[in-house]
Amino acid sequence: MTANGWLQIALYLALIAAITPLTGRFMTRVFNRERTWLDPVLRPVERLIYRSTGVDEAHEMRWTEYAMAMLLFSVVSMLLLYAIERLQYWLPWNPQHLPGVPPELAFNTAASFTTNTNWQAYAGETTMSYLTQMAGLAYHNFASAAVGIVLAIAFIRGIAQKEKDALGNFWVDLVRCLLWVLLPLCLVFSLVLVSQGVVQNLRPYDTATLVDPQTVTTTGQAGTTQTQVVRSQVIAQGPVASQEAIKELGTNGGGFFNANSAHPFENPTPLSNYLEMLAIFALASGLTWTLGDMTGSRGHGWAVWAAMAFLFLAGVTTAYWAEAQGNPLLTAAGADQHVTALCPGGNMEGKEVRFGIADSALFATVTTDASCGAVNSLHDSYTPIGGLVPLVNIMLGEVIFGGVGAGMYGMLVFIVLAVFIAGLMVGRTPEYLGKKIEAYDVKMAMLYVLIFPLVILTLAAVSVLFPFGTSSLGNAGPHGLSEILYAFSSGTGNNGSAFAGLNANTPWYDLSIGLATLVGRFLMIVPMLAIAGSLGRKKRVPPSSGTFPVTTPLFATLLVGVVVIVGALTFFPALSLGPVVEHLLMLKGQVF
Amino acid sequence: MAHHVQSRSIWDPHILGAAAREALRKLHPRTMAHNPVMFVVEIGSLLTTLALVRDAAVGRPGLGFEIQITGWLWLTVLFANFAEAMAEGRGKAQADTLRKTRTETVAALLLPDGRTETVPAAQLRKDDLVLVKAGEFIPADGEIVEGVASVDESAITGESAPVIRESGGDRSAVTGGTRVLSDWIRVRVTSDPGHTFLDRMIALVEGAERQKTPNEIALNILLAGLTIVFLLAVVTLEPFAIYSGAPQPIFVMVALLVCLIPTTIGGLLSAIGIAGMDRLVQRNVLAMSGRAVEAAGDVQTLLLDKTGTITLGNRQASEFVPLSGVTERQLADAAQISSLADETPEGRSIVVLAKEKYGIRGRELADQHAVFVPFTAQTRMSGVDLAGREIRKGAPDAIRRYVESAGGTVPAELQTIVEGIARSGGTPLLVAEGGRALGVVHLKDIVKGGIRERFAQLRAMGIRTVMITGDNPLTAASIAREAGVDDFLAEATPEDKMRLIKREQSDGKLVAMTGDGTNDAPALAQADVGVAMNSGTQAAKEAGNMVDLDSTPTKLIDIVEIGKQLLMTRGALTTFSIANDVAKYFAIIPAMFAGAFPVLMALNVMGLKTPESAILSAVIFNALIIVALVPLALRGVEYRAMSAAGLLRRNLLIYGAGGIVAPFIGIKLIDVVITALHLA
Repeated sequence: MTANGWLQIALYLALIAAITPLTGRFMTRVFNRERTWLDPVLRPVERLIYRSTGVDEAHEMRWTEYAMAMLLFSVVSMLLLYAIERLQYWLPWNPQHLPGVPPELAFNTAASFTTNTNWQAYAGETTMSYLTQMAGLAYHNFASAAVGIVLAIAFIRGIAQKEKDALGNFWVDLVRCLLWVLLPLCLVFSLVLVSQGVVQNLRPYDTATLVDPQTVTTTGQAGTTQTQVVRSQVIAQGPVASQEAIKELGTNGGGFFNANSAHPFENPTPLSNYLEMLAIFALASGLTWTLGDMTGSRGHGWAVWAAMAFLFLAGVTTAYWAEAQGNPLLTAAGADQHVTALCPGGNMEGKEVRFGIADSALFATVTTDASCGAVNSLHDSYTPIGGLVPLVNIMLGEVIFGGVGAGMYGMLVFIVLAVFIAGLMVGRTPEYLGKKIEAYDVKMAMLYVLIFPLVILTLAAVSVLFPFGTSSLGNAGPHGLSEILYAFSSGTGNNGSAFAGLNANTPWYDLSIGLATLVGRFLMIVPMLAIAGSLGRKKRVPPSSGTFPVTTPLFATLLVGVVVIVGALTFFPALSLGPVVEHLLMLKGQVF
Repeated sequence: MAHHVQSRSIWDPHILGAAAREALRKLHPRTMAHNPVMFVVEIGSLLTTLALVRDAAVGRPGLGFEIQITGWLWLTVLFANFAEAMAEGRGKAQADTLRKTRTETVAALLLPDGRTETVPAAQLRKDDLVLVKAGEFIPADGEIVEGVASVDESAITGESAPVIRESGGDRSAVTGGTRVLSDWIRVRVTSDPGHTFLDRMIALVEGAERQKTPNEIALNILLAGLTIVFLLAVVTLEPFAIYSGAPQPIFVMVALLVCLIPTTIGGLLSAIGIAGMDRLVQRNVLAMSGRAVEAAGDVQTLLLDKTGTITLGNRQASEFVPLSGVTERQLADAAQISSLADETPEGRSIVVLAKEKYGIRGRELADQHAVFVPFTAQTRMSGVDLAGREIRKGAPDAIRRYVESAGGTVPAELQTIVEGIARSGGTPLLVAEGGRALGVVHLKDIVKGGIRERFAQLRAMGIRTVMITGDNPLTAASIAREAGVDDFLAEATPEDKMRLIKREQSDGKLVAMTGDGTNDAPALAQADVGVAMNSGTQAAKEAGNMVDLDSTPTKLIDIVEIGKQLLMTRGALTTFSIANDVAKYFAIIPAMFAGAFPVLMALNVMGLKTPESAILSAVIFNALIIVALVPLALRGVEYRAMSAAGLLRRNLLIYGAGGIVAPFIGIKLIDVVITALHLA
């Protein structure tokens, strides 16, 4: 660990705190339909969209109608992507003449991108044409992020309003989110990325002649060895910058290339790396301000932010510490893992030299806190404790800032539970910002909390029992269990990052993870919106000193406690057989 | 106050014995299914029993561990049943005390033709008329339609002094089981058998008819949800264990499950609810439903009648202040005449003052054809009509209207006097004769000692107090200031009260009030918590959702505290129950997988002797903690008047942090004991 490393982490959090009011206030204005400086340009466009699609701007939707509109939009978008993938061979912008995507993989990818997961069981540069990348995948990066944000806004409206049976208009929210929030931000961010060297073109792949030809020896299945001299390398190209910006800002995480943000064309410099990390939290963190703004309690927004920031710091500290320690077995073998002017030190396996330990550990924490899933290092190569951090971040429900919108509404469900228990402890019918939390709300919140482990644990349990699951494992023992747990957590949590080491492009994993992403997104949204609808219809009880305040450090502590306890109690047994035992075994000198 | 209900010892052997038998009876699956958490434990116990029988049948040696686990699992279920049975037992004992008041009485039923017929009290129907004579018990709740009698209500209220009950007015209600001491009354029965207040209350404290309250339902859902989450975590652990080469026997899996699911709160939840009702009865309050008790904890606005609640008894006349042109004696004379037939304490105090200061004696007015005009809430004045004289006394605005309607004018001087008295905290009582105002009687109010501190506590709890008084705004403001209430409603009519309640409720607040008169009935019905005085009218009692047998208006504050304590106990034990899981993980997980991964013993932070002793200790702790917390569940967690934030910090520290630490110590101790006894 170095002072420089800690400084970068501290600066990161400080910058996020500074960005929060900016993006937060802007989103409040956009969704409250207040005037913004973009209106002269965007209002006409917006009106044109409504006129041509027949959307009634003034119409307000009940939570059920809001949910139906959202589901309809998502289903149609998903089918569209599936069609593009399957038909890409015959469609334009396919200079590499890539064939159509096989059905299971196409389903998996369509499900994954519709749900803002961006789990990738394929390598982008050898599977997807430019058209698929742009019209299929990048489109979903925008659409799924916008859906997440507007759902969080709908929930916040439910809390803020009183005795009203509507949560807003899904179509209007969606259009405004895309036009005002996502498109302008991504436009600027893409250009910044291009300035750092991220490519943006539609050219066929380059072929470069190697300065230093490589001799590669491979062992075939029959045991015969084959030796080959490699003299040239194909360098993939593409419209990367435009997809890279939304990949982070929309917490999508699906890389243009297989190497994701470790690839020099996606993330060329330490500066671009830092900006990408900031972009991941920018909107999710801003939503805490929006929550405070719209409910009239800025203090509450900051209290929620503080709870998230605390969990983030706990994660990044652990990961940085674990990775900077390096591998004790290598130390024992005489390898120098100390930090020097020429050596980053620590466990550098699977990490880029241009990022080093601190920025890799920070990226891994940020991307799993936020259900983004972009990676600049391989989580599989982390030490057991370092790798436990991303896994636990996901298992806590993707609420540490979380995916854009999804993190906010996920956290709101946890807040409902925290407030329920706290309310009982102070001798009052629990209430949240003046809304009574009653049996129906608790039922829906528990349903939301239940679905998540149900999907992860059940699918992982099936996978470890049968050969179709275990045959994909790259490692045996506890590490193999971690790989499977990570895959389903990542899918269900709509994160999309991969632990790697698991061959996920098999019929079983394509289908089961695809299903996990769908259930983890849509089945959890329905009870969440039901709570929003129920809260929206309630009276707002004025606060008094008998009301438990939701703006204090005590509240933030309680919220952290509920998130950690629910997550820990659910997953501790499984984790104890995965990363925990692996860590203990590593200390004894056994690796997998 | 209550003398007949003593706080029962928690370990009353009588109740304990009955509860133990009841605990066994409650094992019936149909009963258990009401409590999802404990139902899961019962199914788990059944599974381990079957596995035990199977193992014994194939002759597996060394079943000591399996037998003990199975035994303790069953004990866990029994302990939870026992807690509930105990709460019910205490409730039953309470109910028996109540029931004693209604020993096999007979009633003299009045037939339409005027004859009476002796029938058992249990056969009386609503609207039957009965005659009750001196020395007889009143057979049912009812309303006096004719007669006046002194009634001994000590059986219900514990108050030994007899009270006067008479037809008409606000003292016409009588309660079944009380005894007429003198005279006779005709009573119209107001409830069918089994539907009297007492019947309902008995059913509630016995737990038989107990319906779950809204918060209890919500909490049950939370607990059921958590149970499913843990069921999932444990069931899927077996595949992971098989993958890791360490498959687990069913005993261990069930033990882990039972330790994780919230059995502590699950086992004590209904006991807490019953005990809450029980505490209410101990303070001589009958509630119509558990819902009302829970609502009491949520109350944000308390409407308190000034008289009796905030001020001591009644106002006393202290001074006669005449207008210019009127002598003090003239004023005193008029005031005295108008008060002669006025039985209110104020009226009597005027007569007393007139006699003390001016030697004006009581006189016989019958020969002067005196007609007394009683006080009503609408006219807000009383007085007397003599031959040629018409004297009125009453509230300033009422008298002013009276004078003006009689063609007179009110001198400006009067306003000065009235305001002067009001500012000093007194009540001005105007006296007028014909169309002429004579002067003012200064009535003084005495605020109860300690009431100010009580209101400060309520404020800290976030409860606003509103004083209701018929006084004018100035008088009211002065007393309000002295007593420290947050707000007041002066010159209040029943309609004003109703409006106030509705306004508070439309702001989303819950309102509690007390009342006794028939004209209070609509407001009592409208309020979220309406406490009727037992001394009040039947209409008031039926409109409210609680009856205070002692008829002390300050009881409302106690009721609020009981409501809060009920919720707090549930919240605290839920937190404790969940926090306990941390230690149980550290006991059981390393024990389960120590065979396959000896390194996992690094998690055995408690240093438990063997895997068997570790699992057994966790299961034993889990069972014993239910019994250990029974007293807390029945007593309720300690309630303190402080802000919500303060309460939460305190309870989180005790039950949250305490809940994490306690089992580490408890499990370790049990481990030491059972290894010393060579049980594992």
